[in-house]
Amino acid sequence: CGSTSNTDAGGLFMWMSLIGHSLRQEIMKWNGWGYVDSKFQFNKKGQAEFTGKRYRLSGMVMPALKEWFESTFGASLQHKTPASAIPNSSAVQPPILNEAFVEDLKSTGIPFSQDAEDRVFRAHGHCLHEIFALREGKVGRVPDMVVWPSNHNDVVKIVELACKHNVCLIPYGGGTSVSSALECPPEETRTIVSVDTSQMNRILWIDEKNLTAHVEAGIVGQELERLLNESGYCTGHEPDSMEFSSLGGWVATRASGMKKNIYGNIEDLVVHIRMVTPQGVIEKSCQGPRMSTGPDIHHFILGSEGTLGVVTEVTMKIRPMPEYQKYGSVVFPNFEQGVACLRELTLITNVFAGHALKPQKFYITKFKGFDPNRLCVATLLFEGDRERVLQHEKQVYDIAAKFGGLAAGEDNGQRGYMLTFVIAYLRDLGMDYYVIGESFETSVPWDRVLDICRNVKERIIRECKERGVQFPPLSTCRVTQTYDAGACVYFYFAFNYRGLSDPVHVYEQVEHAARDEILANGGSLSHHHGVGKLRKEWMRETVSRVGMGMLKSVKDYVDPGNIFGNRNLL
Amino acid sequence: MASEAVYSHRDPMLKKRDDFEDILEERRNCSDLRYALKCYTPVVYKGLTPCKAGVLKNMVLQSDQLHYVINQVSKETGKAPEDVQEEASAILEEMAHRMQLSTVRFFAFTLCKVFKTLFRSICVNEEGIQRLQQAIQEHPVVLLPSHRSYMDFLLMSYILFTYDLALPVIAAGMDFMGMKIVGEMLRMSGAFFIRRSFGGDKLYWAVFSEYVKTILKNGLAPVEFFLEGTRSRTAKSLTPKLGLLNIVMDPFLKGEVFDINVVPVSISYERILEETLYARELLGVPKPKESTSGLFKARRVLSEDYGSIHVYFGQPVSVRSLAEGRVNRCQFNLTPRHIPKRPSDDVHSFVNAAAYRLVRAQEENMVLKPWVLLASLLLQNHHQDLDQDRAAGPERGMGLDELTEEALWLRDVCRQYGAFLHWPDHVPPSEVVSSSLDLHRGLVRISEGRVRLAVEHAGPSGPGVHPGAGPEEQLLNQAVVVLSCASYRNQALHVFLRPALLASAMHIATSSNKQEVFNSFSFLRNMFSNEFILCPGATMQDFEEACFLLVKTGVLQITEQEVLSTHRGHRTLAFLTRMMDPFLQGYQVICMFLCEEASEALTEKTFIPAVRGFMVKQLLSGRLRYTEVLSSDLQKNALAALLRLGAVLKTKGADQTTLKVNRVMVNSLEDTLGGKLPTQKAAVARL
Repeated sequence: CGSTSNTDAGGLFMWMSLIGHSLRQEIMKWNGWGYVDSKFQFNKKGQAEFTGKRYRLSGMVMPALKEWFESTFGASLQHKTPASAIPNSSAVQPPILNEAFVEDLKSTGIPFSQDAEDRVFRAHGHCLHEIFALREGKVGRVPDMVVWPSNHNDVVKIVELACKHNVCLIPYGGGTSVSSALECPPEETRTIVSVDTSQMNRILWIDEKNLTAHVEAGIVGQELERLLNESGYCTGHEPDSMEFSSLGGWVATRASGMKKNIYGNIEDLVVHIRMVTPQGVIEKSCQGPRMSTGPDIHHFILGSEGTLGVVTEVTMKIRPMPEYQKYGSVVFPNFEQGVACLRELTLITNVFAGHALKPQKFYITKFKGFDPNRLCVATLLFEGDRERVLQHEKQVYDIAAKFGGLAAGEDNGQRGYMLTFVIAYLRDLGMDYYVIGESFETSVPWDRVLDICRNVKERIIRECKERGVQFPPLSTCRVTQTYDAGACVYFYFAFNYRGLSDPVHVYEQVEHAARDEILANGGSLSHHHGVGKLRKEWMRETVSRVGMGMLKSVKDYVDPGNIFGNRNLL
Repeated sequence: MASEAVYSHRDPMLKKRDDFEDILEERRNCSDLRYALKCYTPVVYKGLTPCKAGVLKNMVLQSDQLHYVINQVSKETGKAPEDVQEEASAILEEMAHRMQLSTVRFFAFTLCKVFKTLFRSICVNEEGIQRLQQAIQEHPVVLLPSHRSYMDFLLMSYILFTYDLALPVIAAGMDFMGMKIVGEMLRMSGAFFIRRSFGGDKLYWAVFSEYVKTILKNGLAPVEFFLEGTRSRTAKSLTPKLGLLNIVMDPFLKGEVFDINVVPVSISYERILEETLYARELLGVPKPKESTSGLFKARRVLSEDYGSIHVYFGQPVSVRSLAEGRVNRCQFNLTPRHIPKRPSDDVHSFVNAAAYRLVRAQEENMVLKPWVLLASLLLQNHHQDLDQDRAAGPERGMGLDELTEEALWLRDVCRQYGAFLHWPDHVPPSEVVSSSLDLHRGLVRISEGRVRLAVEHAGPSGPGVHPGAGPEEQLLNQAVVVLSCASYRNQALHVFLRPALLASAMHIATSSNKQEVFNSFSFLRNMFSNEFILCPGATMQDFEEACFLLVKTGVLQITEQEVLSTHRGHRTLAFLTRMMDPFLQGYQVICMFLCEEASEALTEKTFIPAVRGFMVKQLLSGRLRYTEVLSSDLQKNALAALLRLGAVLKTKGADQTTLKVNRVMVNSLEDTLGGKLPTQKAAVARL
């Protein structure tokens, strides 16, 4: 996932949904991450640069990137693998149309499309295999129609018609899924309708007394923050994908943001959820901040991954915008010390957002007395009133010092945050030169963090070797979230696939083995990416047979006809 | 339990083994001192963070596991945690190694001298050394040598030093510590000492296991121990002990290391230093306590020729690949890993299966010398002489030509069974035989062109009795020679074991019906699974392997229904059944003893002397032929088998454990061993 924090991008651009739905495709890549105008490329001198004007990095030349790229992957600028052009409509299967449904839908006046490009655009998320196929011009089963409801009532109508005509609905928010959740089940013979929520993007009200905002679920992260900021508020929910991912998607996948230590994860931020299901609308009757009314029905919705209905409106907690914000960074002699320090910090204070990572050499600054092959940088962000920020900052640096950590400045901190969003763009660059890769995440108790990092990285390297990958892979990791009882760990895995006949298959086998290794080392199936179809096979062992039965019985009651038939999760 | 994954049967002829290099050769030509002082810079584990012995002790004492157990013990006993901590510290002090390069160099120098005097050569497979070097770099390494002599671990360290490999820390029995100076010197060359039994002592176990794991996890040194737990006095591999293997596999199963390489090492001695010592021990002459002065008395040993030693470093086995699909590592997710837990059933059966596989890997790469074949033949001949009452006559023994011919025949059989036989093909067979006999001249007599065991037979009241030696003492003297000889035959037992079980099964089965033969095979295999290394749950594979070998060599014809011997197969079958006979008879006699003689007050402690007394009577009266059955090893194994089968039950009393005999069952087992009863399905199921 890529990200930018609001300060990076703030005010530079407007979100296209204000202008009209079809424009989304014009400013976003159809076969890669992010905006059409923003990408890494090697210029005529062979130096890497980042195009466009949207990001702080835009227009910058990065001489070190080429060397890093070549030495890490054994890649060469001579060996290119350019993406193929957008397939024309003849390459896309003609839509399976349920005429009666189309007729009824027309009478509601809700906009819809059967255009091939609209359909292909909503047939995928950002898993490696999905993007790789698109770059090769291969298109599988795609939705047969796209509809754009503009409010809750439109969704109610669509779901009613879908039930009436037995049509399959797949909710579509920001399209940033990395769990194959948006893939159309190839065996689905009914009409598949992609329900694009992008037009449901308004803040319906802000309640300053209770510090809540009632928002339509199709709004994307950066737009929500921008609009709230205009009123002096923020949610503080900043997942790496916040430029593109939607509120409904966050709810449906149990999203997590990088400032969760201060503001909480999505499940802590929602006060009220409204979802349209085949059985009707589900919501609570009041907005009490906490209730003891049996199991929390929000938790059937959170993480349901589009299998139960469409989330249409959400009441969310908001906070006044922080008076003062300060980035920071600490450099540690090694990853072990960095992790130990983050744990200590988490137990003592929750006033920062932090990552610990082993940096790659293309952006590293040299630090005196540290072995560049082992050192580890933690990036920090403090928010609040100025005095307390400075006080916390000092406290944090004092603790870090106990673990051999040295303050490494605001710049490095800010750069670290910036890096989290460019990584996704970097993958597209790699794919131009025979390099494929992806990141995947897990959550794990503190005492397992170092073990899981070592074992999963080693497993990846070993599996690559066994599967005939000719070049040593990039296999690295970072700690991105901290909790009292553990942490979220990201793994980055990429390799040069020259000489392999089916690189995606090899990639998938290695990722599969890596996930097995994660589970064997006490890691979870997912911290926030979700299960989708990619990780379904491990669900039973993850939640137990009885747990599976509970989830199934909810699905059976809420959606007996499997209208929400994306086949995620179960 | 499925055992396919750890044990596969293929044509043993196809086994490929490395060549050997003699490491003493160079020593005979250059300075030992220079060798001992050579530059020693071994490659180390890639993830190693080096630390000193003191730091290691602190790591152990400060570990979460030990803290947990200290608190637990403190709560249970009411002692202050600090006191328990002190105890732990003392245990560690008593246990820990203090490896010092200077001591290692001293040993290297001394051992050079000793080895050159005792042995003609010490042969090592250098490819195995290279594989080990690679393995040490990649993952923590566990060395598992076979254990036949005190010499084993000094020899191991000597070889590793010679090849500039990381020196192991070695789990040694506490009895060594009794050898004051030597004990300390062993400690300084990497030995750490563990008490022989510490059953319920939680604290001891915690310190011990944490100590081993800390060394292993951090890759500080290869950990070496003996899977068989103790020296095999019979040269048969012993049933593996699982305690230490459990400990060393734990860090992998709990994800604390990516993998562990386990390296089986097979050490074969052409002549065992402790030869007669072992025989006496097996016969109940108490084991001399390990003492320094005892070791020096062994100086006499130095003047003798002990032939050569072969040390074969086997293929490193990855614990990760062993465990693949057999252990669900997620089982450790729900409790903190530092809280000690009994191994779950799947872990237990995995470790057990792995242990058997590793012992078999040791067996497979044991080098067999021609003498092993001669000993087997001479023993059988000796018993035939007894049978035909010519033990004292001039026709006793075998003609040298006859022996040579038989040995050549057996050599070929051996090779077909995949044995790692070192028979010098370029030397005339008669010379091979005579030089083998010469090396073991203490065990054989050659006169007038005939060879026999060096056993003076008098018969119950015959002539030739040494004045002053009673018949029992005489019997024991004979048994010493027989048992010594048997220990050489035993070196080849693993080669013949499966075909021999089949041959005996055919012998005791009531018909040649295949199912019936299989039932008998299964019965014998079950009966003898404490006696020989037979992988748990692999009855079918063992049966198939035996059938495969005997059909391949033209001994048997096997149809859908029947197992039939061929005409030319008779010689092999006879040899194989004779090989098993002493064991069959031994177990039968023990059953007989339990049915006829055992009193109500029989205890675990009195079992061996009582059985021995019974056997001596039987032997002296001539009703029993095999003096070999006097081996306490066989007696213990038989008892263990009977206990396992429920034919004998243990009842723990206040101060002793009594044995309760199920006479009906023991009787039926005895009959079945003698071939009187069909091994019906029901009988097998009951076992």
